[in-house]
Amino acid sequence: MLAKRIIPCLDVKDGRTVKGVNFVNLRDAGDPVDFARLYSEQGADELVFLDIAASHEGRKTFVDVVSRVAEAVSIPFTVGGGIHELDDVSRMLDAGADKVSLNSAILRNPKLIDDIAAKFGSQVCVAAIDARCEEDGTWACYLNGGRIRTEYNLFDWAREAQERGAGEILFTSMDHDGVKQGFPNEALARLSDNLTIPVIASGGAGTREHFADAFRLGHADAALAASVFHFGEILIPELKAWLREQGISVRL
Amino acid sequence: MKVAVIKYNAGNICSVVNALRRVGVEPCVTDEPAVIRAADRVIFPGQGSAAPTMAYLRESGLDAVIASLTQPVLGICIGQQLLCGHSDEGMVDCLGIFPGTVVQKFTAPAGVNLKVPHMGWNSVEQLSSPLFDGLNEGDFVYFVHSYYVPASPLSIATTEYGGVRFSSAMRRGNFYATQFHPEKSGDVGERIIRNFIYLCHD
Repeated sequence: MLAKRIIPCLDVKDGRTVKGVNFVNLRDAGDPVDFARLYSEQGADELVFLDIAASHEGRKTFVDVVSRVAEAVSIPFTVGGGIHELDDVSRMLDAGADKVSLNSAILRNPKLIDDIAAKFGSQVCVAAIDARCEEDGTWACYLNGGRIRTEYNLFDWAREAQERGAGEILFTSMDHDGVKQGFPNEALARLSDNLTIPVIASGGAGTREHFADAFRLGHADAALAASVFHFGEILIPELKAWLREQGISVRL
Repeated sequence: MKVAVIKYNAGNICSVVNALRRVGVEPCVTDEPAVIRAADRVIFPGQGSAAPTMAYLRESGLDAVIASLTQPVLGICIGQQLLCGHSDEGMVDCLGIFPGTVVQKFTAPAGVNLKVPHMGWNSVEQLSSPLFDGLNEGDFVYFVHSYYVPASPLSIATTEYGGVRFSSAMRRGNFYATQFHPEKSGDVGERIIRNFIYLCHD
């Protein structure tokens, strides 16, 4: 049976993992490769690395990180941040990434999805969407890390991304992200039920129940989280064992 | 041990090379017929779609090279599909190493919202090959595909998705193939690659 995926997400800047990461045995380590290995051993199903560097030098370092991760781990991983054109995608895939995640770049230039799908295959293209539920109850998509509101509605944009050839949707609710109160399950379910490509729920996990809800109520195919894993608040092996006890298919 | 990885117009050969290095093998990525024929093991990897990859294999003559191989060969993902008789993806005849097999597209059963591609970790059952020594029924491996080969007597592992039981691995003679990506399947996948490399071919 197809397993629901658990995906830790790491922010990388200038070749180092940022945000405090507090594993018992890796207290000071900042090398993303160490975390990739550790999460892989813990049973993470995939990994996501986001390049949050602003500088050109930082971008070059990130490519090096990608190739070292590809050498070290044998599970799929996605990279995002700073990918604006086909050449950027090529560079990441050549370095060994399995998928690339794009957000603002595809909202500005939706045809980029068609181009990536045609050149590398849909499975490579993860359409990341930051959205917020507005006062009138509609979900608006945002650009630039949530700073600029667009005319796009979440559900319409996700559908368009699918039709253009995206292989997965990574949906972050800006109001849920970082609050640890759970995922927006109603919107997730509507999104997932309206699409024929997998949906990754991102941002909002605080407890193991939140993951179960994202799968059962939100119909998500995968769930992504950062700090609850990095700070050891939720341990992946325990989370997955518990999810299986709840009758949710996971890879153990 | 000489391991050749066939280079053609299919994507993501890099992860196969990394996986081989992790089990201590430095592979040769090549489209040279002589190098491929001389190898102890041949891996036919890839992501891509059937029609353009088959067209490329025919134009380059690699189709005949692959069909003539007598050492253990491992097709991965599109590699498995290209070893079949025919693919509905682009309605193209394939290499025919697995005769009579037809690659079909996943279709949703009535009333089911089936996600296609079949992407993620799924379990393998009915394991019946030394390729899977050390594995357990129900172990998980990583898949990304929209087309599948139905279960048949050539299946050496099967998997269920969308109400269909398909061939997650096949074998005929020296030709082995997996629909999943062992190079992306963690420890289980690494074991399969090791088994293939060190397989005592009968």
